[in-house]
Amino acid sequence: MRISSLSSSVYFTLTYLFFYIPIILLIVYSFNNTQYSLLWHGFTWRWYVELFSDSDLWISTWHSFFLGIAAATIATWIGLLAAVCLYRYRFFGRNFLNGLVFILILSPEIVMGASLLILFTLVHLPLGFMSLLLAHISFCIPFVIVTIYSRLVSFDKNIFEAAKDLGAGDWLIFLRILVPLLWPALFAGWLLSFTLSLDDVIISYFVAGPEFQILPLQIYSMVRSGIKPEINALCSVLFCLTFILVLMSQLALRKKV
Amino acid sequence: MKYSEFKNVSLSIVWFWLFIFALLPFCLVIAASFMAHSDTHLMQMPFTFSNYLKLNNPIYIRIFEKSLFIAGSVTIICLLLGYPFAYIIARSQSRWKNLFILLVIIPFWTSSLIRSYALIAIIKAKGVLNSILLAIGLIQFPLPILFTNSAVMLGLVYNLLPFMILPIMTNVERLDNRLVDAARDLGANRFTTFRKIIIPLTMPGIIAGSILVFLPAMTLFYIPDILGGAKSILLGNLIQNQFIISENWPMGATFNTALTFLLATLLLIYVFATRSHKRREWL
Repeated sequence: MRISSLSSSVYFTLTYLFFYIPIILLIVYSFNNTQYSLLWHGFTWRWYVELFSDSDLWISTWHSFFLGIAAATIATWIGLLAAVCLYRYRFFGRNFLNGLVFILILSPEIVMGASLLILFTLVHLPLGFMSLLLAHISFCIPFVIVTIYSRLVSFDKNIFEAAKDLGAGDWLIFLRILVPLLWPALFAGWLLSFTLSLDDVIISYFVAGPEFQILPLQIYSMVRSGIKPEINALCSVLFCLTFILVLMSQLALRKKV
Repeated sequence: MKYSEFKNVSLSIVWFWLFIFALLPFCLVIAASFMAHSDTHLMQMPFTFSNYLKLNNPIYIRIFEKSLFIAGSVTIICLLLGYPFAYIIARSQSRWKNLFILLVIIPFWTSSLIRSYALIAIIKAKGVLNSILLAIGLIQFPLPILFTNSAVMLGLVYNLLPFMILPIMTNVERLDNRLVDAARDLGANRFTTFRKIIIPLTMPGIIAGSILVFLPAMTLFYIPDILGGAKSILLGNLIQNQFIISENWPMGATFNTALTFLLATLLLIYVFATRSHKRREWL
């Protein structure tokens, strides 16, 4: 028993090291005062200073944040309505909707990216902010539905019966009971959508236009041209930002109703 | 009347959105796969099967085979690495359990592009891994890892492992311990219990995890692009090329349709394997 628990701890630790060593090294190198060498040449803020003085990058960052906030907000509302309907009502096509959500999460992003490109071209929607926004909302919705639904199933159904007995209509139940109770899940779903939107390369690659540069695509083109300390700095900033967002969402979900 | 009003409004919004941005584009891809390509128009009308006949091209077949091989190997590696890990976490009694789970969820949230990029510093010729191996004298010359298929597979495993761990973990957590105890009481040894009780009961998680690893492994085109160099073309790169570079949309749509068929087949297997189980909450 000893040996097996020892070996499982070792295995456990190695896997976490596998997950985190590359990221930790990336962050360490972003402070290394040298362009190419692996060796430590002293601590520097140089790459961060260069990063923050790059005006193109600021524009894409602003674009990505704006896009992420807009997409996450709309996706959260639509996802909320869908999750509430799936939870409370029987309706025609309910199983179909359930299955569709499931399929959309499993299906490869490339299929969605290419199919939206065909749709937007067909209706002559110029590729740019609008096409990105519609695409990002669409791929976030299923994740929001899953997040909110898994919260809903933990609720006591008697709450709704009590509200109905006391004369509350559906709008009132939705606004005064469901939304306040679901606040943590809404927050978590919003944050998940925001980070999905901020990180998405594949779908954006298909539906982005030249006028509206966004961060993930810019990182992609920078990364293709090789390792540079500024990219290390940029990736470290983004990684830390997502890390904080995950922690926030997990804390929000942890509190019991 | 208020009752149905809320329901109708919400359902209309939800259906409207999913119809326009999920179902319709999906049908458009299938339609596009039957159209012809020309230099002046992206797609042309006369319906044709020619794109599907072109799939029988040795170059495409080789890319398909290679994608299937790499994605299959990556799925198996993730399963072998991920299953024990998921099992240990799910069975853990530690008060740090939530932290352990969080540490698996974080990679799921963070950009896989950034995480793939982070690997370059480790596996490049003068990278961390080679320096360590040279320093301890295990190798005489730096290993060429970056820009090979091994680098692509490493990148895929690194990025997709959490997608294997999370569904399996959910399944192991729901595993009824009494069944395991009963099997042991009835004389089954550890191995038999594992093979006959634990594996079948966690099969939905295994299949869901495998789908979540297998399909992205073929289609995450930026990983072969930045880690594999020019020779590593997988199905995802092929589709990306057809749509963006050679602008042959009907052919790209054909590959996409083929991919969707593969997804449908895998889903059928999943549905078949989970008929008796609840299938939500796998994330």
